[in-house]
Amino acid sequence: MSVAEQGFGGEGGSPEVGHILQPGLDISHKVILYLEDISVSFDGFKALNKLSLAIDAGELRCIIGPNGAGKTTMMDVITGKTRPDTGTCFFGQTLDLTRMTEPQIAHAGIGRKFQKPTVFENHSVFDNLELAMKTDKRARVSLFARLDDVGRDKISDTLRLIRLDHEADRKAGLLSHGQKQWLEIGMLLMQEPQLLLLDEPVAGMTDDETERTGELFKSLAGKHSLVVVEHDMAFIEQLGGKVTVLHEGSVLAEGNLATVQADPRVIEVYLGR
Amino acid sequence: MRTPVTLRFLTALPRSGWVALALFAAITLVLLPVLHVYVPHDNPLHVSNYAITLGGKIMCYAIVAVAMDLIWGYAGILSLGHGVFFALGGYAFGMYLMRQIGTDGSYHSTLPDFMVFLDWKALPWYWSGSDSFLWALFLVLAVPALLAAIFGFFAFRSRIKGVYFSIITQALTYAAMLFFFRNETGFGGNNGFTDFRRLLGYDITSPEMRAVLFALSALMLMLTLLLGRWMMTSKFGRVLTAIRDAESRVMFIGYNPLHYKLFIWTLSAMLCAVAGALYVPQVGIINPSEMSTANSIEIAIWTAVGGRATLIGPVIGAVLVNLSKSYFTLAFPDYWLFFLGALFVMVTLWLPEGVVGLWKRIRNRGRA
Repeated sequence: MSVAEQGFGGEGGSPEVGHILQPGLDISHKVILYLEDISVSFDGFKALNKLSLAIDAGELRCIIGPNGAGKTTMMDVITGKTRPDTGTCFFGQTLDLTRMTEPQIAHAGIGRKFQKPTVFENHSVFDNLELAMKTDKRARVSLFARLDDVGRDKISDTLRLIRLDHEADRKAGLLSHGQKQWLEIGMLLMQEPQLLLLDEPVAGMTDDETERTGELFKSLAGKHSLVVVEHDMAFIEQLGGKVTVLHEGSVLAEGNLATVQADPRVIEVYLGR
Repeated sequence: MRTPVTLRFLTALPRSGWVALALFAAITLVLLPVLHVYVPHDNPLHVSNYAITLGGKIMCYAIVAVAMDLIWGYAGILSLGHGVFFALGGYAFGMYLMRQIGTDGSYHSTLPDFMVFLDWKALPWYWSGSDSFLWALFLVLAVPALLAAIFGFFAFRSRIKGVYFSIITQALTYAAMLFFFRNETGFGGNNGFTDFRRLLGYDITSPEMRAVLFALSALMLMLTLLLGRWMMTSKFGRVLTAIRDAESRVMFIGYNPLHYKLFIWTLSAMLCAVAGALYVPQVGIINPSEMSTANSIEIAIWTAVGGRATLIGPVIGAVLVNLSKSYFTLAFPDYWLFFLGALFVMVTLWLPEGVVGLWKRIRNRGRA
């Protein structure tokens, strides 16, 4: 599915007659994330070069590519950390991500897991999840906020899911690398995002942990949309979704893993280096 | 979900904390003022004028140190210009104290002496209302809050952090100092305000007034500690420390750090201003040297010595450093700054968590 076939209607909404713009996320066209001709350069180096990409609602997409292909920069653009020089980036049909701040994007429903696990090391595992929980996050509300039973239950459910229920009161900084990865995934789930961006989620995990992570992601797909950046081919095979290969800031190939791996251009990029 | 605020206030401190606070209240609100006012001078239990003033002064410093801890210890924002808020609070209240002199000044004019000296015929517009005590209290809070809010908004919105922020705050206090040094500014130039006579009509040097000011400083210090403790045990406090440790993570889970930082920054400035307003009537003078960069750096040292992000640590730090300052500047006047510098280096190298951290380490070793 190319961008042109999507009938992308620009900021004004869809070309459908009588379609009323709704505030919030509009995935009436089955597409949840839409990048078109995104370019970003840092001091002349083109990190992204006319990158176009569309993710369907409920999809589990894997992004691969050699180092410096622009994977992390792409995530930075989607989450508002980096502004693109040119191009458009839409969440659903209506939300222009290039005009929103990081917290606004987070509230709209995009959650991000960083390459290097970043949890709040001085806070307990429980507090980490509490802070991430979807709720009113304004400063004056936080002053008087108190955790209710619903929230407490949500946190204990997530703790069980990420298998940290015995570590709830431990400082997050004391967890193992794999456990931190899980905690960050848990924090992501607490936000209840529509779209999850996961940058190397299984780096540093044991084989067993990796497999459990894969199962978790597969169970999330459908209800959520996932974009997974990974180097671990076995893991990508386990996930089984569509694979996009990035190279020098744009899409080199797209398709299922076997097709992509057989593509001579992909082989050249990976082996030619 | 909301809980009665008073309930959370009560649970903010452990029982031992409330006991310590009650003890401190009994000593500073009752015992020392009584010993100062009602015990005759020749009695060994008499608390001298010098002691009560020094105590009040140091408690004002302690409030500033706690205010510093709120932004530096908990939010990770190192301000090296907090003296400006302290001084602004002092100046705002000083204006009222100047007006209370009435016609008792050297020139027997209704205008403050320095204005007569400059041959001014009337009060400048910004002095209007300065004879009102309530207006003075309002200015004490409003002026530093406004400056802090405007400065903070632009600095935090531009995401200025770390050493860059510290340098800008230094520039802020330095610029304010130069501004207040000018006679044309209308705040007494390099002499500032002094020769205060009265406060609310009462003699400002009387033992009773000194005792009241001392007790008010203690009360304010306790309120500041309680407020700090309450805020830092709330979700707000947890978000703030999260911003300190991993700001971008906080943004990606949907918090806007700008509002959190701006709130704690402005509150911290206002607490400093209240401390400044309590300080001025006790020491009897306010001049632009309070805005010097060295003064602001010293505030950071108090907090570092006591222990950051502990609330009680900065109080201990302010007391320790200022008591040793009182001793050193009398015994070895030339060596005080060397001592201060050495203290800061030692704390940074060996006591990153200050005196409170040292105490914790000793206690843990005892248990192990």
